[in-house]
Amino acid sequence: MTVTDVRKYPERLEMEIDSEFSAPVERVWQLLVDPRQLERWWGPPTHPATFTDFDLTPGGSVGYFMTGPEGEQYHGWWKVREVSPPDCLEVQDGFADDNGEPNPDMPVNITRFELVANGAVTRMTIRSTFPTVEAMEQTLAMGAEEGMKQALGQIDALLAE
Amino acid sequence: MVVETLSDEEVDRIFQALADRTRRDIVRRTMLEDASVSTLARRYDMSFAAVQKHVAVLERADLVTKRRHGREQLVRTNLATIRLAQQLLDQLEAMWRDRLDRLGGLLDATPPTSPESPESPESPAESDHP
Repeated sequence: MTVTDVRKYPERLEMEIDSEFSAPVERVWQLLVDPRQLERWWGPPTHPATFTDFDLTPGGSVGYFMTGPEGEQYHGWWKVREVSPPDCLEVQDGFADDNGEPNPDMPVNITRFELVANGAVTRMTIRSTFPTVEAMEQTLAMGAEEGMKQALGQIDALLAE
Repeated sequence: MVVETLSDEEVDRIFQALADRTRRDIVRRTMLEDASVSTLARRYDMSFAAVQKHVAVLERADLVTKRRHGREQLVRTNLATIRLAQQLLDQLEAMWRDRLDRLGGLLDATPPTSPESPESPESPAESDHP
């Protein structure tokens, strides 16, 4: 796997990341749409993901939770906006309460995966768009050991030097 | 320069301020040199008051600073704030890079499926030394 390009648009809270895999499109697609395979890469080793409901059809819902080092659980959901095997998947990714019910007070982000075959290589572009910094912060806080606040504190410390 | 810790609300204001095209343009134009509000107003198809409002939104988000110079108000981008927005996206990039690493590792762990190309094009010469 090689990340070939990253484009960031701070003004609209959007990032695109291009990567290449030496595998056929269908194989890479399986990693996106098979919950058991998805679980092996969606969450970091410290916060593995478990997918519960998995209806990957347009308008369908996917439910998952991530388990932290002390057993704490963070529930999330996807709403499928577009799915066209084997090359395009777009989902809304949001937060849920402890019962897995979507939390309407928490903002959502949109993630789009596009796969293109290029000879023996599959190119994947992921576009991640957030409506607010809060949404981004929550997502990052689930994936990272340290929350955004801590990171902001570090930046402040650097700037104050 | 002393920078206080930013609250969620403050960070949110930054991005809301940058969600508008005119305001992004103002930020870009005043990155390298000051511009007066009246100079900016001439560049856009809108009233002085409308541009002044945009500048006020940017100012509240700490994206620009305004200072008085004679009869003019000069606007200048606050680069520290722009860097912060970039920093948040850097974290997002790191998260996706980690995910892609794991994803790539899974592909490496599975044996490649046998290629079934009927016309068998020239195999891409990949140096694959054992």
